[in-house]
Amino acid sequence: MFNKIQKFIFSDILNNRIILAYTLLLAVLSWSVFNIEDDGNKGVLTLLNIILLTTPLVSIIFTAIYLYNSAEFIELLLSQPVNRGKIWTGLFLGLLSSLVFAFLLGAGIPIIIYVRGSIGLILLGTGLMITAIFVSLGFLCTILTRDKARGIGISILLWLFFSLLFDGLVLFLLFQFAEYPIEHAMVGVTALNPIDLARIFIILQLDVSAMLGYTGAIFKDFFGTGLGAAIGFLLLCLWVMIPFLISRRMFIRKDL
Amino acid sequence: MPVGLNVISVVSWLVCVLLMTGPKGYGNVCHVGSGYAYSSVKAAIEAAQKGDTIYVHGGTYQEGNILIDKRLALIGLELPVLDGQKKYEIVSIKADSVLLTGFRIQHSGRASLDDPGGIKVYDSKHVHIINNHLYDNFFGIYLQYSQQCIVKDNILEAFGQEEQEIGNGIHCWKSEDLQIIGNTITGHRDGIYFEFVYRSVVWRNISSDNLRYGLHFMFSHDDAYITNIFRNNGAGVAVMFTKNVKMFNNTFEDNWGDAATGLLLKEISDSYLFNNRFLRNTSGVYMEGTNRIRVEKNVFRSNGWGMKIQASCADNEILHNNFIGNTFDIGTNGSLVLNSFDGNYWDKYEGYDLNKDQVGDVPYRPLSVFSVIVEQNPPAMLLYRSFIVTLLDRSERIIPTLTPDNFIDNMPKMSAFPL
Repeated sequence: MFNKIQKFIFSDILNNRIILAYTLLLAVLSWSVFNIEDDGNKGVLTLLNIILLTTPLVSIIFTAIYLYNSAEFIELLLSQPVNRGKIWTGLFLGLLSSLVFAFLLGAGIPIIIYVRGSIGLILLGTGLMITAIFVSLGFLCTILTRDKARGIGISILLWLFFSLLFDGLVLFLLFQFAEYPIEHAMVGVTALNPIDLARIFIILQLDVSAMLGYTGAIFKDFFGTGLGAAIGFLLLCLWVMIPFLISRRMFIRKDL
Repeated sequence: MPVGLNVISVVSWLVCVLLMTGPKGYGNVCHVGSGYAYSSVKAAIEAAQKGDTIYVHGGTYQEGNILIDKRLALIGLELPVLDGQKKYEIVSIKADSVLLTGFRIQHSGRASLDDPGGIKVYDSKHVHIINNHLYDNFFGIYLQYSQQCIVKDNILEAFGQEEQEIGNGIHCWKSEDLQIIGNTITGHRDGIYFEFVYRSVVWRNISSDNLRYGLHFMFSHDDAYITNIFRNNGAGVAVMFTKNVKMFNNTFEDNWGDAATGLLLKEISDSYLFNNRFLRNTSGVYMEGTNRIRVEKNVFRSNGWGMKIQASCADNEILHNNFIGNTFDIGTNGSLVLNSFDGNYWDKYEGYDLNKDQVGDVPYRPLSVFSVIVEQNPPAMLLYRSFIVTLLDRSERIIPTLTPDNFIDNMPKMSAFPL
């Protein structure tokens, strides 16, 4: 059943103008970044910044708006003899696949063309994971409140927290605990923010990682190994799974 | 008296003929090689007189340590090989005005107590070591207590894995007036090493892929190094505890790694850094305790830090340089600024030029707030390229609070210098 829902939502969203604009924005940004920067590595860094800023924002807000707008459609579905969990999963997969499609079309093509080696694939992979994480967080935001304005407010706040406030907090902590050997603890702290995790993961793959100094070396020791990379990937997967599963549980129990 | 005059002239003519053709005359030539008068280089040196020339023909000569203790010219034809079998110091020169050219000198002994070298010069003057190929030696060419020597156009190759298991390429100690020209050095510990070497010149060498420094310079005053290339060495180039050094037209590139710098200047004074290129180094120049240095018309491109200038530096002038595409143009560790930064080109400069005199009307602050934060708290480098850092840098540009007030270029150039 959720296959049908997914397909329906996928085709519904592809007709959406916001998604079209998002694809176009990503395409314009990535193509221009690679055309301006003659050094591929620098291009990756610039694009990483853009991806880590726009992708979460668009993913979380678009998800929230779309879910609120299709509230009536969801209620209609619920009147049918369909498992609630399947409806929610179908909605999630539909939204996710359309945003992933937009990302691949907009940023994926220039990345594959311009970035040589594994770094392009890693950049693409992290972009997709970030998309999935923020779609999942969008689901959590919408289920938390019935009020559309409040829901969108929460999602914007979440985005702001992960892309800006969290780093401010990290900076504050670094200065508070400057006297202590907190380098190892920092590995754990970054795991609490998927955007930081993705950023550091990419930077470690690039030459600039030498600039990270001692702390960077600790991170490299951890994420540079196969096990560390697997743990990093697993952490990102958890970031997709946990918010979605919580929202699913709430959706199943909710009195609509 | 015509007869007497005749006798004198005949006698002097005879003396001349005897001197020139006599068996033990001056400037003899002998040949070493299979089918020649000598088959061993050692025997030829033994037999030779001061001022003789020895031609060594192609072949491999495994003769242990070859000691040159008189003024000779040793000339290799067809690239003869002197092999140390990883046991001996191969050539030891203990005489003035020796010429050694055209040899392949390979596999010297390895020891850290007596530092065996491919070629070692002891207390000698006017020794010329030209156009040799040194392969897999512990030390390559080692000069101590030597003056007016020329080391030119040699190729030094070694394959060091660990710093303590390999010596330096060209090692000069307590020497004066040396010329180190046109050598290519790879795989040693330090490419070129100077300690207590005065009034010498290092010119047109290529020092790459050495384990530690491309050029290592200590307590060596009044030297110049010009038009060298230092590439991909473990930690770049180090110039320490020295005054009056001239550094012109050199290229420092790809010295990339945790503690690598293009050029490390420590306790240097009254020196001149002109028209060098610093490309793709973790830090282009690192300055600590340097005084009265003029850094002029250099290019800093694609480095992590263009220059790191510690607060212990004073009265340095940094002018007319191009800073292009560096992650941080300048880094420093304190708020004390005793150096001037006027009249450089910074590609991050965003000011304007109303009167079109090519000088920006708004001063430029090359020190970003993030580089200050990182210097105080190195783990903060984790936030590199994060959104908050961009935001902080932007707001600091508008209202400087954390960066030192006088860390400023009052006359930033609008376009790059043609360097």
